[in-house]
Amino acid sequence: MSAGAISPQGAASGRVLLEVRSVAKSFGATHVLKNISLQIASGEFLTLLGESGSGKTTLLRLIAGFEQPTSGEIWMSNERLDTLPPYKRRVNTVFQNYALFPHLNVRENVAYGLRVKSTPKAEIAGRVEEALRMVKMISFADARPATLSGGQQQRIALARALINRPQLLLLDEPLSALDANLRKQMQSELKALQREIGIAFLFVTHDQDEAMALSDRIALLRNGALEQVASPREIYSCPATAYTAEFIGQTNLLRGEVKDGVVRWGALQWRTSHVNGAALFSLRPEAIRLADASLHLPEAVRFRGIIRQQIYGGASELLEIDCGSEQTLRARIPVSGPLTGEHEFVFSCAEAVPVTESPAAHGSRATHRERR
Amino acid sequence: MYSRAYKAAISAPPLLWICLFLLLPYALMFAHSFWLVRDGSLIHHWNLQNYRALFTNPLYFEVFLRTARIAASVTLCSLLLGYPLAYYLSFHAGPRKELLYQLVIVPLWVSYLVRGYAWKTILGSDGVLNGFLQYLHVTREPVSFFLYSPFAVVLMLTHIYTPFVFLPIYAALEHIPRPLVEASQDLGADRRATFLRVILPLSIPGLLAGATFAFVLSLGDFLAPLLVGGPSATMIANIVQSLFGAAYDWPLGAAISVCILLITVSLLFATERLEKRWSFK
Amino acid sequence: MTSANSRQRAPLLTAYAVLIFGFIYLPIVVLIVYSFNRDGVGGFPPRHFTFAWYRQLFGDAAIWESVINSLLVAAASVALSLTLGLLAALALDRASFPGKALFRRLVLLPLILPGIITGLSLLMFAVFAGMQLSLLTVFLGHGTALISVATTELFAGLQKLDRAQEEASLDLGATPWQTFWRVTLPNLKLSLIAAGLLIFTLSMDEIAVTFFLIGRDNTLPLEIWGRLRRGITPEINAISSLIFAASVALIIIWYRLRARTIGTQAQELLERP
Repeated sequence: MSAGAISPQGAASGRVLLEVRSVAKSFGATHVLKNISLQIASGEFLTLLGESGSGKTTLLRLIAGFEQPTSGEIWMSNERLDTLPPYKRRVNTVFQNYALFPHLNVRENVAYGLRVKSTPKAEIAGRVEEALRMVKMISFADARPATLSGGQQQRIALARALINRPQLLLLDEPLSALDANLRKQMQSELKALQREIGIAFLFVTHDQDEAMALSDRIALLRNGALEQVASPREIYSCPATAYTAEFIGQTNLLRGEVKDGVVRWGALQWRTSHVNGAALFSLRPEAIRLADASLHLPEAVRFRGIIRQQIYGGASELLEIDCGSEQTLRARIPVSGPLTGEHEFVFSCAEAVPVTESPAAHGSRATHRERR
Repeated sequence: MYSRAYKAAISAPPLLWICLFLLLPYALMFAHSFWLVRDGSLIHHWNLQNYRALFTNPLYFEVFLRTARIAASVTLCSLLLGYPLAYYLSFHAGPRKELLYQLVIVPLWVSYLVRGYAWKTILGSDGVLNGFLQYLHVTREPVSFFLYSPFAVVLMLTHIYTPFVFLPIYAALEHIPRPLVEASQDLGADRRATFLRVILPLSIPGLLAGATFAFVLSLGDFLAPLLVGGPSATMIANIVQSLFGAAYDWPLGAAISVCILLITVSLLFATERLEKRWSFK
Repeated sequence: MTSANSRQRAPLLTAYAVLIFGFIYLPIVVLIVYSFNRDGVGGFPPRHFTFAWYRQLFGDAAIWESVINSLLVAAASVALSLTLGLLAALALDRASFPGKALFRRLVLLPLILPGIITGLSLLMFAVFAGMQLSLLTVFLGHGTALISVATTELFAGLQKLDRAQEEASLDLGATPWQTFWRVTLPNLKLSLIAAGLLIFTLSMDEIAVTFFLIGRDNTLPLEIWGRLRRGITPEINAISSLIFAASVALIIIWYRLRARTIGTQAQELLERP
């Protein structure tokens, strides 16, 4: 199954709304996007996640219509999208710095899309009211954008976009300008809003916690190519590549040697169905626990190690464990008071997920892994 | 952070100079407008005769009207040339924007006299334009109305002030954040609607600044009529100039100058308030 | 990322823009071309190429005398305007006193007022003060009118100045006077030079104000003006072309200076996260 296709675990309704077909984009000699293929289901909350320079904003702008693909096509509802100018697409954008019109008040800003299409005045008034109520900004209807705070401006930008009833809403890092607490609040409001109105959201961010909290599926971009597209649970527990494993959450990357169904990593070994040869495994810190006689893990791997560092984190502690022969593992355990010296640790070998080293090359690749 | 002595030291010299060489001269001009000239000498007798003459003698009104018409034409033409040019540079010029901007600025630095003189040589009866038209056999005889007409004055002043009008408009257009243009298109407005609804309203302060500049300076111009205007294009400043020259009547000239000054200042006030209303910070 | 919309096709607008550029430059091009024409400033096409007019120009003593006069006035105007303009800019930036708004308007007024008003008012002042019309009165006119140019440019430069630098200087023990010389002024260096160039050029070209304040010694523009009354020869084209060349050279220098200040700013803007 191709990388960006809708999986049963992913999309809300499963019907394909937008299809990006082998799109590539270059600016002069710089190849920003390389052969991206992706599908978005109607009603789905899909996040484009990546570092700066990964191409996520460019992909968003291609869908909005502010850039043209160098090659490839974009289709929406079985019609060609990339040949249309932005003002003819049933797609609306919430811009990173909101881009509210300073010379219009809130009401006029929100009504803009309807005014431009010569919607009757009575209808405009009603829909503006409805839109402002939806974002809880009805009492600010006559204010000017310059008098509003960042969070308030963001809601207006949202209302202005949604009033046009687009089939797809694009959000370009809309929460990045807000402070941490407001951000968390807006995240849950945004998620609830999307559930309520049922429009597909394409959300761009570099913040992986945000992506995990909001999305039905996450599309991880790296250097212009899709690294993995999967639901948050899947992308966390079954990362396809080392990059994914390290970008989302923390992990231990274990380089081991497989022979006849057994992996050897330093003093440790466990069973695997991986082929013979060198292999890379991702082991999440929270999978490693302090060995306890009463603890029974399926297919447990035990080892001893010396605790070199203990970092208190409020809800949990991070241990740096020296396993001998210059091998270190990081473990996340519940708060247990100061620990020193040698201890026994255990993890289930099912938690050591094989990952590929380099990102898979262009085109589709398998990302689905059965949960073991 | 700054002591009173420091603040006094930096404010005093320019203040004194301004008072001495700006305020005082304006006051003198104002005073002169209430005085008289009799038998070729200045009489410090306070009266309103000059102003009465200005408002009753139809000659002055006629000249003033012509001046206002010329100034308005210059402003309009400069806007029609300067705005599209600024728009083109700001939104369509791409990487060549900087170079083109410099190219527009260059003529600003070239002497007013040089540019006016150039038009004089082009528009005359045996000027370049007539020669060119005859060479192409478009006309057989020189066309005389090019030079020494209000048309020539408007042409010359438009040429002078188009870059002046361009500058503030370009600055205003550059200040418009591009995401606003994208947002407008995203919401369904095509290029023309985006221009009318977003770009134009946000560029109004620059437009007003440029237009005021062109209008006020054209209103008080006396060199262009002398160079290319001829008697049919005498402007109000020419009358003032001759009153301070051969026609020796400083008080009357001062009165007209005061009027020009008052008109200028009120126009500036008016546009300043308009600009404030149209600037959204 | 910049929008690709800046490169949209607009053929009509582009053609119009080209026409406007042509309109702006055509007279100057004609002027220069005909300065090399043997047969005078009119007619078409120009037939005989010659340097004769330039040769005549170089032998014309009166013109060069007026150039020297202009240079003297311009240099003095630069000195006066920059000094007073700097003080005015500082006052506007840092001091508050009753009538400050009026002061600001007064300082900037000569920029927008037609030259005839400034010139005549100063003429009346000169007569009132019993001064003879001469290069000195011309200098007073230029200097006063051009303070506004200096103030505008230097005020903008002061706005870009980082206040923290001056505070750091005071914190480290420098007096305000020392801070001014060691921190403020060096930061304004580019603004000062740019303003100086602009004032110099404007003074060299000035006619309207000069018209009423001139005595026996002519400045260059008024010398040319006087000649125009006597009749037009390509010699005037020649001097005009030279003025054009000099102006272009000056503006290139001015622009490079400006770009250096703006360049560093743009750099800082880009480096912001």
